[in-house]
Amino acid sequence: MNDATANISLEARGLQKSFGGLVATDNLSLEATRGEIHAVIGPNGAGKTTFVNLLSGILKPDGGAILFEGRDITRLSAPARVNQGLARSFQITSIFRDFTVLENVMLSVQAGQGHSFRFWKPVAKDESLRGPARELLEKVGLGDRTEVIAGNLAHGEQRQLEIAISLATNPTFLLLDEPMAGMGPEESQGMIDFLKALKGDYTMLLVEHDMDAVFALADRITVLVYGKAIATGAPDEIRNDPAVRAAYLGDDATDDANGESA
Amino acid sequence: MDYVLLIEQFLNGFQLGIILFLMAAGLTLVFGIMDLVNLAHGSMFMIGAFVGGTIAVVTGSFVIGVILMIPAMLIIGIVVEMTTLRTLYPRDHLDHVLATFGLILFFNEATRLIWGPEGLIVPLPAFLDGSVALGAITYPVYRIVIIVVGLLVALGLYILVSRTRIGMLIRAGASNRAMAGALGVNIPLLFSIVFGIGAVLAGLAGLIITPITAAQIGMGEDVLILAFVVIVIGGIGSIRGAFIASIVTGVIDTMGRSFLDVFLLLFLPENAAESAGPALSSMMIYILMAAILFFRPQGLFPPKGAG
Amino acid sequence: MAELKNPASILTLIVIGLCAVVPFLAPALGEPFYVIVFARIMIWAIAAVSLNLIMGYGGMISFGHAVYLGIGGYTIGILAFHGITSAWIQWPVAIGACAFISLIFGAISLRTRGVYFIMITLALAQMIFFLSVSAERYGSDDGLNILTRSDFGLSFFDLNDKLTMYYTIFAVLLASVFISWKLIHSRFGVVMRAAKSNDTRVQAVGVSTYRYRLIAFVIAGVMCGIAGLLQANFERFVSPDMMNWPRSGELIFMVVLGGMSTIFGPVTGAFVFLMLSEILSTWTIHWHIIFGPFLVLVVLFARGGIHGLLTPRASRDE
Repeated sequence: MNDATANISLEARGLQKSFGGLVATDNLSLEATRGEIHAVIGPNGAGKTTFVNLLSGILKPDGGAILFEGRDITRLSAPARVNQGLARSFQITSIFRDFTVLENVMLSVQAGQGHSFRFWKPVAKDESLRGPARELLEKVGLGDRTEVIAGNLAHGEQRQLEIAISLATNPTFLLLDEPMAGMGPEESQGMIDFLKALKGDYTMLLVEHDMDAVFALADRITVLVYGKAIATGAPDEIRNDPAVRAAYLGDDATDDANGESA
Repeated sequence: MDYVLLIEQFLNGFQLGIILFLMAAGLTLVFGIMDLVNLAHGSMFMIGAFVGGTIAVVTGSFVIGVILMIPAMLIIGIVVEMTTLRTLYPRDHLDHVLATFGLILFFNEATRLIWGPEGLIVPLPAFLDGSVALGAITYPVYRIVIIVVGLLVALGLYILVSRTRIGMLIRAGASNRAMAGALGVNIPLLFSIVFGIGAVLAGLAGLIITPITAAQIGMGEDVLILAFVVIVIGGIGSIRGAFIASIVTGVIDTMGRSFLDVFLLLFLPENAAESAGPALSSMMIYILMAAILFFRPQGLFPPKGAG
Repeated sequence: MAELKNPASILTLIVIGLCAVVPFLAPALGEPFYVIVFARIMIWAIAAVSLNLIMGYGGMISFGHAVYLGIGGYTIGILAFHGITSAWIQWPVAIGACAFISLIFGAISLRTRGVYFIMITLALAQMIFFLSVSAERYGSDDGLNILTRSDFGLSFFDLNDKLTMYYTIFAVLLASVFISWKLIHSRFGVVMRAAKSNDTRVQAVGVSTYRYRLIAFVIAGVMCGIAGLLQANFERFVSPDMMNWPRSGELIFMVVLGGMSTIFGPVTGAFVFLMLSEILSTWTIHWHIIFGPFLVLVVLFARGGIHGLLTPRASRDE
């Protein structure tokens, strides 16, 4: 094994997935380097969410393989992948709306501590769950919201909680499915800063629509069109790749990426 | 083995399958399109039998009973849909189960009040009485009529659903309700019509077996549960699945009850076979259902696009 | 227990208090029949509590839950029929039978969701119902008389004694409420409740929910089976009717009527349901004609059940 492969955290090899006649993932390969943020961009319907679902195990590929930290996880169930350190967040906020913020995170902490076939001791007083959960909520900036019912949080806070739930599983790798979805500019900037702060501690695969965010965060970018990776490279390479410009970015997006607003 | 009996029981099973299909067709459409668990469909079976049977007894003509039952059930079905079920669509399945369970209690008791606890005996019309020779066997004419009527209805339903405009809307609704709404379909009207058609089919099923079994309170419920099994096997929302699963269920159930103890005799001692036979045969279709679900949790013919 | 502070819980305390004193109160008021009524209410309440565990907290709408009443009851009946009356054999066998059947039924039905789950639990339960109908040896439709109650072989604990029987049921009811309460607040219960709310998310934090749902299903089956074995002992009679599908529907209704996903709701629900049917049936034999529409109205206008109506909105325990 040489240095290059030793540094790969997650690798997709020739992934293939169709729904009926529709090819959603077409011979898709990707390597995410440890400690980096690897962004996946593409127009609507490019198959980004399908890709995340394949990586996280919600969907099983028709062909190809997924390697995580050198192990083949293609056939592993979604929960088993999480237990190997591969956590994900959801594009559509996926929290336990009638649990408190703290309880949301406590469940992840609990899952990380092994099986939950413990039938008697109440969790409400379990400091081994509350402590780490509270600590994590402080870290993501929800420290003063722990007792709020999650469904009552503001949208931006719910997105933060979404990621906090994933972080609480103690992952080494984060699959982030559009973490900026539905956020205003200010909230987005907050999320960008937050993800920047996490950078280095986790390897991340960032699927995102928001080009400002992608170019602000990503070390490498893969461009997806109709389930195919048409280009992979550093942000500057992608920005200037004529094929990408033609197929996807267009002039508007390029201006955007260049910081038109500034 | 007695081949005459074998063929006879196969036909009986086929006939049960036809009855099940008439029940399951309406049920599966209501499930598929409105996402409504409707236990009261069993009541439609019973009401069809009592209303149609009463008309037949009063007019002295079973055929008139059947003909007048159709508009009667259409109206009853639409009234039930508009007064109660309509408010249930946005609710969850639990609410459907409970509310329609309440309707069953109501309809059963109302029937008991109107017709008394004994039920209603509907005589077989004279021209349908008797048997015909089918090769080696003689088989009751009336049962053949049931099979033919059922097959004609199945064919008619198939044409309605696959060839007509309303059928297109029904299919659109079954696979994607939001899409049908977006296409400007009058959803409430479509639902009322589908429910009315379902009520007529269930009523027809109930009525055509009354000359054999008599109309009884609660008669729809056992059929309803079998129809559930059929729908689970066939796949919710699929008419084709409902038809195939109905016939399979009807034949297996009937044949099982007649021949399982004989079959068990092949490898069990006599008294064990005789006691295990009835027990096992009453379980057979459920075991079949469990086996099919184990391999195909969505049934044999899940409708396209239904998640 | 924070839940003791609202009017709904006060109502439950009244109901439970009534259950505790009825064996003395009812004869004193010249209505000894109410001892029997209350014993029946408590048995149904145990079954409703067990259903609430999976339906209210786990989102599993079992439409065949009464089958475990039947399995628990018939185990007692069949063993007694064959001359085995020792409770030390009967009760473990009944519990084991319920655990075994609910494990199999759960394993099959939990592979599906939504309406499929409802219909499969119903169909599987009806399968056992028809089995009991076809069992000629054990009385078929007519049921099976149980000549002697479960025998513990203890002089101070004899179920033939009316008070012992009554307070055994009472104790089991309290235990089942307490066990439910402990369960839903444990790690296991958190997984169960979370899976009801968002199953995909629970999987995405690394928990395979299937096994947890299955274990919950078995626990509820066993708890309901215990209600069944108590019923067999109390009535000294079992029949297919105790597990026919309307019984499962009534159990669901008791839970919803009292207040689903509340600890005491099913107890209140069983109480109101059975008292109401008791009262209505003395007015008219056609009481279902009132009861049916009543059920529809509860569904349409009182979704939270009695506990929902009595609980201040802010403190509702969803």
